[in-house]
Amino acid sequence: MSGSREQIMATLRRSLKREQPSAEERAQLEARLSAPQPGLIPARGQRPHGEQLDLMEEMLVELSASVVRLRDDAEVPRAVADYLKGENLPPKLRLAPRDDLRDLPWDSQPLLEVAEGIAEEPDTASLTGAFAGIAETGTLMMASGPEAPITLNFLPENHIVVLRASQVVGAYEEAWTRLRQRYGSGVMPRAVNMITGPSRTGDIEQTIQLGAHGPRRLHVILVEDGDAAGGSDRDERQA
Amino acid sequence: MQSTSPAFKDNARDALADQQLQKALQNVKSGFIGKRAKARDRLPEFDDLRDASRDIKNHTLANIDFYLERYEEKVTESGGQVHWAATAEEARAMILKICRDVDARVVTKGKSMISEEIALNAHLEEAGLDVVETDLGEYIIQLRKEAPSHIIAPAVHLTKDQVEADFRHHHKDLPDERPLSEPTQLVAEARQMLRQRYLEADVGITGANFLVAETGTSIIVTNEGNGDLTQTLPKVHIVIASLEKIVPNLEDATTILRVLARSATGQEFSSYTTFSTGPRRAEDPDGPEQYHVVLLDNGRSEMLGSEFQDMLRCIRCGACMNHCPVYHAVGGHAYGWVYPGPMGAVLTPSLIGVDEAGQLPNASTFCGRCEAVCPMRIPLPKMMRHWREREFERHLSPKAVRAGLGFWAFFARRPELYHRIAGWKMRALAAFGRSKGRFDALPFTGGWTKHRDFPAPQGKTFQQLWAEKQTGGGRR
Repeated sequence: MSGSREQIMATLRRSLKREQPSAEERAQLEARLSAPQPGLIPARGQRPHGEQLDLMEEMLVELSASVVRLRDDAEVPRAVADYLKGENLPPKLRLAPRDDLRDLPWDSQPLLEVAEGIAEEPDTASLTGAFAGIAETGTLMMASGPEAPITLNFLPENHIVVLRASQVVGAYEEAWTRLRQRYGSGVMPRAVNMITGPSRTGDIEQTIQLGAHGPRRLHVILVEDGDAAGGSDRDERQA
Repeated sequence: MQSTSPAFKDNARDALADQQLQKALQNVKSGFIGKRAKARDRLPEFDDLRDASRDIKNHTLANIDFYLERYEEKVTESGGQVHWAATAEEARAMILKICRDVDARVVTKGKSMISEEIALNAHLEEAGLDVVETDLGEYIIQLRKEAPSHIIAPAVHLTKDQVEADFRHHHKDLPDERPLSEPTQLVAEARQMLRQRYLEADVGITGANFLVAETGTSIIVTNEGNGDLTQTLPKVHIVIASLEKIVPNLEDATTILRVLARSATGQEFSSYTTFSTGPRRAEDPDGPEQYHVVLLDNGRSEMLGSEFQDMLRCIRCGACMNHCPVYHAVGGHAYGWVYPGPMGAVLTPSLIGVDEAGQLPNASTFCGRCEAVCPMRIPLPKMMRHWREREFERHLSPKAVRAGLGFWAFFARRPELYHRIAGWKMRALAAFGRSKGRFDALPFTGGWTKHRDFPAPQGKTFQQLWAEKQTGGGRR
C-alpha cells in the first residue's frame, strides 16, 4: 500500500529531523554500499591457508559433523560408499546436478545407487558441492542455482558435502568477495545457505538434540586439490 | 495478542507458586549463562565486535530512510515485492491477501516474533487457513494454545514431561504404548509429524533477523532447519520483518552475526544462516515462485529520534532475559505480552503504551546485567528509568507509590531534617535490633520482611560514618 509507504517514510524523516539526505551524505552512503569494507575480522580468520584447513576440520568436528580428507577427486565415490556403510545407511545417493560431481568414477561403486536432481521424500542422503568453506566457525557456504538445489541441503537426513581446499577461506568476508566475483556486485542467488553443523534444537529442556528438521548428520569430504596443498603456508586471501 | 501486562504482579505471584514452571526455569539459569560466557572467552575480539555492531546499527538508524528505499529497489530488481505496513492490522490484511491470491490452504511458519506481535496466526485461522508452526518450541506451544515465553526459546517454560503429555494428547494416530520420555524421542516424533506439513504447504512465512540494503536480501538465523524447509518448499515465501532489521551491506550483517549466536545460545554460529533474495530464478530447480516482504512499522518510526531509539538496535538474541534475575524468577508469560525480560520491559510500553505496560519497567532490580551482556550495548536500565519517569509524570503510578515518594521528597529537600531523623532512626533500630541482629517485622516494610529479614543497622548513618572517616583521614 503506497499510502503506508509514504506515511512511514514521512514519520521516519520527521524523527530524523531532516528531509532527504544531502547530496554529500548520499554520495557517502552510496560509496558505503558500492564498495563494502570488511569490518573487524577475528585473528582466528586471518591465519595462513594451510592452518585454515586444519581449523575448518577442527570446527566441523566440534560441531558434531564428520570430516574425511582426500588427496584426489577420484577417491570421492569410495569415500561416500564407505561413509554410508559405516553409518549403516542405505547405499543410495541424491546427487547435485553438476559436472564435477557427475563425472566422478561412480562405476567403481556398483552397489551405490546414484540419482541426480532436487531432494524428494524419502531420499536418505544427498551429495552437494560447496561454494566456500569458512574456517573461523567451520561454516559451509552454499549458493543455490541449477547445479545446487536448495532442498538437497535440508530434506535428506544425511548431507554429504564435497569441499575443495581451494574453496576454504578464513573469514566470512572473503566468501562475500568471492560471491561478488561470481555473481556481480549487489547480486545474490535466490538462496545462500551458511551451514554450520547438522540440524539441532534445544527446545526441550535446553538439551541439544541433533536432526530437528534438517540433516541429522553432516559429513564433509575435504579434497586437497592441487590449487592449495594442505599444510602449506600459502596465503591466498584476497585483499 | 491481548496483553495481561497490567496484571504483572498477579502473574508474577502465580509464576512463583508454579512448581513445574520453577523447575523449567532452572534450565535458563544453568544453560544460557555459562554457554555465552564460554563463547565470549573463546573470541578475544568479542567486545570490540559489540562496539562495531552498535556503531553499524547507529549509522543505519541515522540513515534508515535511505537504506530502506535502496532495499526496496533491490528486492524489486530480484523479482520480489515489498509491502509497507504501518500497523499490525495492515500487515495481517496484506498477508491474508497474498495467501488468498494463491488459494492457499496450508501455511507453514518459521519462528517469528513479529508474527506474534501482529497476532498473525489467529487472523489466518479465522479466515479458514491451516496454520502450522514448524519450529519445535513454537509447535509445542501452538498445540498448547500458548504464547512463547522467551524470544529464542519459546517453550523454555515447559518440562519434557509436559511436552510428552501434549504429544500423546494431540498425536492420536500414533500407538499409545510408544516410548516418549526422552528428548530424542520427542524431537523425532515432531520431525515425523511436521515433515508432511512442509510438503503440503502452499505458503511459507518466516521472519527476518536482518534485511540487507545492498542486495535486497532477508536473513534468517536458525538451528533446526525448519525455516529453510518452510521457505523453500511452498510456492510462496512471505517474510514478515520490522523496519529496524535493515543493515547496509553483507559485511555489516556479518559483523553483527558474529555476536548474535554467541550472545544467544553460546554457539559460535547458528546451524543455518540463510540469505534469501527474490524468488527462484527461471533456471532454478527448486525454491518459491513468489517472494514477498511485509515491512512493518507498528510504532518504530516514532521511537526513532526519541529517548528509546537505542532499543531499535536490538537483534533479539535473548541475552538480557537469560541473565535477568526477574526473568529467572517469574519466566516470560508474567510479562503479559510478546516480548519478555528487560528488552520487553523497554519495548512493550513503546508498542502498546505505558498505561498498559507501565508495570514492566518497574519489574527490575537495576542490577545492570542486561546492559552488561547486550551485544548491541543497549542501555536497558536507563530506558526503564525513562519509562518510570513517564509513568510518574502521567500519574499512572499507584497512589501508595506517589504518596511514599512525596513523603520522601519532603525530607530529601530538607537535608538538615533528613539527617537528623535518619540519625534517630538508625540509633533506635540499632538499639531494638541489637539482641537478634535482624528484624522479621517492622512497620511499613511488610513487602520486604514477608520474604526476608531486615538486618539491624550498626547505629550510625552513612553520612555520620563518612564524616568520621574524613576527620580520621585528616588526622593522619
